[in-house]
Amino acid sequence: MSDHSNDTVPLDPARVGSKRVEVGGDWRRVSRKYIGVELVGVALFGLVAIGATLVFSLTRWFAQPLGWILVGAAVVTTLVMFAVAPRRVRSIGYQLRDDDLLFRRGIMFHRVVSVPYGRMQLIDINRGPVARFLGLAELRFVTAAAATGVTIPGLVDSDADALRDTLVSLAETRRAGL
Amino acid sequence: MTEPVAPPLPGGGEWLRLHPATPLLKGGIALIAVIGFILANVRERLIEAFVGGPDGGDLIEELYLRGHLGWAIAIVLGALLLGVVAFFLSWRMHTYRINDEAVEVRSGILFRTHRQARLDRIQGIAITRPFIARLFGAARLELSVAGQDAKVQLAYLKGSDVDRLRHDILMLASARRAEEGVAPGTRAGVAAGSPDAAGPDSLIGRRVTELLAPELDPQEAPPESVVRISPLRLAGSLLASGATLFVLVVAAVLIVVTATGRELGFLFLFVPAFIGGAGYYVRKVTRSLRFSIAATPDGVRVGYGLLTTSNDTLPPGRIHAIEVYQPLLWRPFDWWAIRINRAGHASSGSGSQPATTMLPVGTRGDVDKVLGLLLPGLASADTRHLILAGMVSSGPTPGFAVDFVPAPRRARWLRPFSWRRTGYALAGDTVLLRKGLVWRQLVAVPAARIQSLHLDQGPLARALDLCTLTLDTVAGPVSASLSVLDRAGSLSAFDAISRAATAAGALEDGSQRIALPAEPQPPRPESDR
Repeated sequence: MSDHSNDTVPLDPARVGSKRVEVGGDWRRVSRKYIGVELVGVALFGLVAIGATLVFSLTRWFAQPLGWILVGAAVVTTLVMFAVAPRRVRSIGYQLRDDDLLFRRGIMFHRVVSVPYGRMQLIDINRGPVARFLGLAELRFVTAAAATGVTIPGLVDSDADALRDTLVSLAETRRAGL
Repeated sequence: MTEPVAPPLPGGGEWLRLHPATPLLKGGIALIAVIGFILANVRERLIEAFVGGPDGGDLIEELYLRGHLGWAIAIVLGALLLGVVAFFLSWRMHTYRINDEAVEVRSGILFRTHRQARLDRIQGIAITRPFIARLFGAARLELSVAGQDAKVQLAYLKGSDVDRLRHDILMLASARRAEEGVAPGTRAGVAAGSPDAAGPDSLIGRRVTELLAPELDPQEAPPESVVRISPLRLAGSLLASGATLFVLVVAAVLIVVTATGRELGFLFLFVPAFIGGAGYYVRKVTRSLRFSIAATPDGVRVGYGLLTTSNDTLPPGRIHAIEVYQPLLWRPFDWWAIRINRAGHASSGSGSQPATTMLPVGTRGDVDKVLGLLLPGLASADTRHLILAGMVSSGPTPGFAVDFVPAPRRARWLRPFSWRRTGYALAGDTVLLRKGLVWRQLVAVPAARIQSLHLDQGPLARALDLCTLTLDTVAGPVSASLSVLDRAGSLSAFDAISRAATAAGALEDGSQRIALPAEPQPPRPESDR
């Protein structure tokens, strides 16, 4: 991962002293192109939500004012999701520390996960249709616990492969049985 | 029928066969019953279909009249013969082998499967004796390894040899041979292969002893269980459970409705619920009766069951999380229960679930003894007070160096009752989580078994400067998660625990065999390695 296309950012100074859960260190961010994947997802969601509520209110399935309120809610939700999509993507980050992989995501519901390398059971690399078009991949770090859920989206293809190889070799040197 | 048996391997293992009654026990009886049922029901249709005309009375008579009797008998006999041959073949082709490296099972006639479980990956060994199998003197041995549906089942084996086989497998798994000088392969070969040389008298006698004996081979000198649960206490614990509360509420509602009484017909709607409820209690009782837990040289052995007896051995270091809990209604009696998370979904079907209950109900002393077996490292003098504090007290425990780190006072906005009890402690290589005031819980997770850990923070928690700490372990009944912790404190705990997890994991090499002490004594915890 020598020519990592993404910048590494130190802890945001504006957030120091806030009540957020923040772990220091050089967080690597995922590719900006991943915002495109998110936007497509939001657009699909908006299409379905607005479409469904529109159909229901036009066919008078709902009582009249309620139907249009629901349509309005769907529109507002979609717009808000469009607005925060870039921030949500920026909130995704990972760091390779000495002994563990650190992963974080989420703005409102924030989560920081630490996985010791030795707990790796396998690594998945997935490419969705939109992500593949943008040359992105998603890396999933699987442990014996189903709740671990470390999925790093929006990695440039070559980065994903390099990261996978790095993680596998790190796990090999720190192997732990189950 | 002279299928060449593979030559003995350097490991000393050779391919062995299962108990001869296996096809019968595995569903042969059911199959015969089903065929009989179908024949009895569709006989008329068969006559119509093959012979034509509904006027014919008896099938055999009709066939005789039309001169097809010979053919019919031939077909029936042929089908029977085919079935017997199929059963025989499936038994004949179902072989297993145990050597230094792994336990292997080959099965299937047309589609062969060959499953191999590495000995150092075995998460537990369970012996189950369903009631019918016990009548035949057979038992099922299951080796669970981590993963969904990843288990090696040896069903069925001769009951009296299963214990020795388990012993041998565990011995091999611990890289220590049985010292009697008998190779496990040959010994098991005697177990599975040889016919009963003894006369019928002793055969019946042995069946009776096996049926009446506890879950263990009498010769094996069963280790003494550290806890003894009287049936009275078991009944009491069931009566004082939440399910009983629910039943009482339902009964009260029913009585009131009946007393005001107009419509009684709807009461029949409750019949299935009643049967289900009764079944729940019966299952609980039969699963918990004759419960025993003991330390053996091979690991912790848990036995339970009245008619279908099960008997599970957990090699050391296979416990991923432990929870000591006390439902509200048990508090006046000071009763506690213990359950664990373990990798490998041990069994399926025939009412046997993986044994995750390590103590159905017990006193504080029982909890102490069982925790001593499960986590010997924790029962040392300087951390012993933590267990007691974690079970009953709230707030700080004065006078000890290691104590629970409490939740801050502002957590009372989210947990008005239990915030004082909420806290965590890092004792040696074990993380302890204490929570719940109404439903008291103490969760212990060995650092070496933590798969990952995460901090979560929602908007409400952020406003209060709190967060949630979760330790991820393999799936099971225990969830190791603590909410409403101080943010700054849990950040440092996050670092400390992830360091501990890494360090404890690094001490264990993946290919390491189970380390056993030379003398039979309680298994050593992973924290000692």
